[in-house]
Amino acid sequence: MNIFQTIGQSTLNSLAKLGRANLFFISILVNSSYLLKRPHLLIKQIYSLGVLTFWLICIAGLFVGMVLGLQGVYTLSTFGAESSLGIMVAASLVRELGPVVSALLFAGRAGSALTAEIGLMKATEQLSGMEMMAIDPLKYIIAPRFFAGFISLPLLATFFSAIGIIGGYLAGVELLNVDAGAYWSQMQSSIDFNDDIINGIIKSIIFAWLISWIALFEGYDAHPTSEGISRATTRTVVNSAFAILLFDFLLTALMFGAN
Amino acid sequence: MQSKSLEILVGFFVSLTIAALFFLALQVSNFSALQDNGSYTINAHFDNAGGLKAKSLVSMAGVTIGRVTAVSFDAKNYDALITMRIDSRYNNLPSDTSASILTSGLLGDKFVGLTPGGLDEYLQDGDSIELTQSALVLERLISQFLFNSSND
Repeated sequence: MNIFQTIGQSTLNSLAKLGRANLFFISILVNSSYLLKRPHLLIKQIYSLGVLTFWLICIAGLFVGMVLGLQGVYTLSTFGAESSLGIMVAASLVRELGPVVSALLFAGRAGSALTAEIGLMKATEQLSGMEMMAIDPLKYIIAPRFFAGFISLPLLATFFSAIGIIGGYLAGVELLNVDAGAYWSQMQSSIDFNDDIINGIIKSIIFAWLISWIALFEGYDAHPTSEGISRATTRTVVNSAFAILLFDFLLTALMFGAN
Repeated sequence: MQSKSLEILVGFFVSLTIAALFFLALQVSNFSALQDNGSYTINAHFDNAGGLKAKSLVSMAGVTIGRVTAVSFDAKNYDALITMRIDSRYNNLPSDTSASILTSGLLGDKFVGLTPGGLDEYLQDGDSIELTQSALVLERLISQFLFNSSND
């Protein structure tokens, strides 16, 4: 009987948590119009979530692109097809690696910070204090952070893909002497703007929504103790990574599965 | 002052990433090609489409002038119906233009090569090309070669 009780309890708990997460998301949307009156709240958060993650994305994108270039030449040269390097680098970056790797980095760098910040605000009763002063923390604290994450990640993912393609150029063309004209022209002839680049951006928009939602909710829902905050931060990174990879599979199957 | 420098940094960040999007659009993808001029559709029946796919190139004299939009099976004639869009800059293709399915390189992609005819009438939107030559299927060629050489 104990086993069934445990199963039932954990099912009910996770359903209740899912319900709270949905209510939380709806109340963010309801309170979002406040940002139009106070845009500087949003800009400040775009700075701390987007601009401060920018260098990480630059360096990671450059190295991922360079590794793709090196490995691509290594594999393709066995078929004598080094000239297709551009397609390989650009397609894998724009469709998959750009959105996914930048989302994973964003979850680790910005998502965990969001959870810790909101969790600590809750633990030190700053959120309750705001409510006491008739300032809705959802309007003033949560909504700006949600939309800043939602805006920042697609921009970062776009930049990741672009700098990765340049990294692939550096490794493949400058280092290993693949023809530069073949690199760019093969890329241009097989990458489609709507099918590849726009779909990649749609992916990163969905990842941005997932990460911001998970990170803020975990912080808002954390036990207000130091242990609770550390657990919430861990859950943010782990759950975001799971959600990103799961949704990446589903979106890839939807977008590119047909052909 | 503090918030001003912050706004400048955010402005830099947003404009850099938009520049990256332009780089992707113009340098990486085919966004600039076949976009603004409009296009018209022509059809062609082939006995064998041999690996031609939607989005394969249509070229004349080695220059890309359009793309294949659909490859479908025509159940009436038991052959392949290929639909392609041609850039409307090239709206003066003679109506007896012939089409053949070619391969770029030995293992490269299949594409449709058009060879101009001599008539004064031009192909219009929705017209079909009558003279077609099917894809060269490498396996069939090899089996033919083996079959012939064993007879000798």
